[in-house]
Amino acid sequence: MKVAVTSVGTDLDSMIDERFGRSSYFIIADTDSDEFEVFENEGLSSAHGTGVQVAQFIAEKGVQAIITGKIGPNAVKILKESGIDVFIANSMTVRQALANFLEGKLEKISGATTGQHNK
Amino acid sequence: MIVAVASGKGGTGKTTIATNMAVSLKDTLSVQLLDCDTEEPNVHLFIDHEISHSEDVMLPVPTIDHDKCTHCGICVQKCAFNALADIKVKLLVFEELCHGCGGCMLLCPAGAIAETYQKIGSVKSGHAFGMGFVYGILEVGAVLAPPVIKKVKAHIKNNVAVIIDAPPGTSCPMINAVSGADYCILVTEPTPFGLSDLKLALKVVQELEIPFGVIINRAGMEYPDMENYLSKEDIPVLMKIPFDRRYAACYAEGKLLTEEFPELREEFKNLWYAIERQVKA
Repeated sequence: MKVAVTSVGTDLDSMIDERFGRSSYFIIADTDSDEFEVFENEGLSSAHGTGVQVAQFIAEKGVQAIITGKIGPNAVKILKESGIDVFIANSMTVRQALANFLEGKLEKISGATTGQHNK
Repeated sequence: MIVAVASGKGGTGKTTIATNMAVSLKDTLSVQLLDCDTEEPNVHLFIDHEISHSEDVMLPVPTIDHDKCTHCGICVQKCAFNALADIKVKLLVFEELCHGCGGCMLLCPAGAIAETYQKIGSVKSGHAFGMGFVYGILEVGAVLAPPVIKKVKAHIKNNVAVIIDAPPGTSCPMINAVSGADYCILVTEPTPFGLSDLKLALKVVQELEIPFGVIINRAGMEYPDMENYLSKEDIPVLMKIPFDRRYAACYAEGKLLTEEFPELREEFKNLWYAIERQVKA
């Protein structure tokens, strides 16, 4: 299955970027083949509705789940409506997050962890 | 002449200056006092007034006819504020991000977007001490002050002494409040915070090319950096209001300084005429 992870860097040993909308990169990993793709966050330059823009980008990538640190209400709404599960992970590498995800150790959330703008 | 009273920092005394200057002028000039601090208007707390008219400020937000939507994505691409999201099975609207431009409705080739109006605030107008008095108030939870501020400013009449109490800060609400003014008074206080925020506010009025001067409120507090900066930058100091316990007590009771200390009226009048001379020069 395809899983997206917010990342501060471009490889699997990068730390998770704990911010969803303001994440530096998105790593989309295929858990069956161990292959992954890296995307720059084009939403970083937008002043308004970054979460909305980024969530749409993730939804278009056809992933089944996303792993991030903090996520707001608008993004969660889009991901939920798109049938994408949201999992929370902090202070670990992308590789560790994916391993924990596969072992069922990550918390799945149904609502936002923060308000808009991390409030 | 339109004079805006602004500051970077909140709580410097904008409302004090605006209300007292207006009241000092009312017997000589035809005055309009506008409270554009729509998030926390409080001019009305300082002056006896009568509101004769209240109008709602409405913002058009899109509503989607999901049967007509073809998910072409044009509205999503064009929205500068990411207020729309297309996830193929559904088009989602985030009303609180919408700035009400109406572009999505105009551009939708399927005619699937209609506008509904959402109340974001109201504008109240009437009289106070024989002056025209208008203030705007934003709904709790609404994020767009500029449309409310524009509606307040739509009440401005020609050939009247207009005094605008602007919101603090340096972003859209403050810019909308001071834009179009003939002069901007920047109120500050002699503290590191007052100076830091004054520098930011100065950048805004300079960018807008509005002539400006500074009033130092709570003057007398030991902070030489303020006056050093103002003299180095050659910024005119229009007035200093001393840091006086009697003034603070008067303010705390919601009274006007010029009522308790009538000698200040002349100072506020002179302030207006000094500004007028500068604007006309």
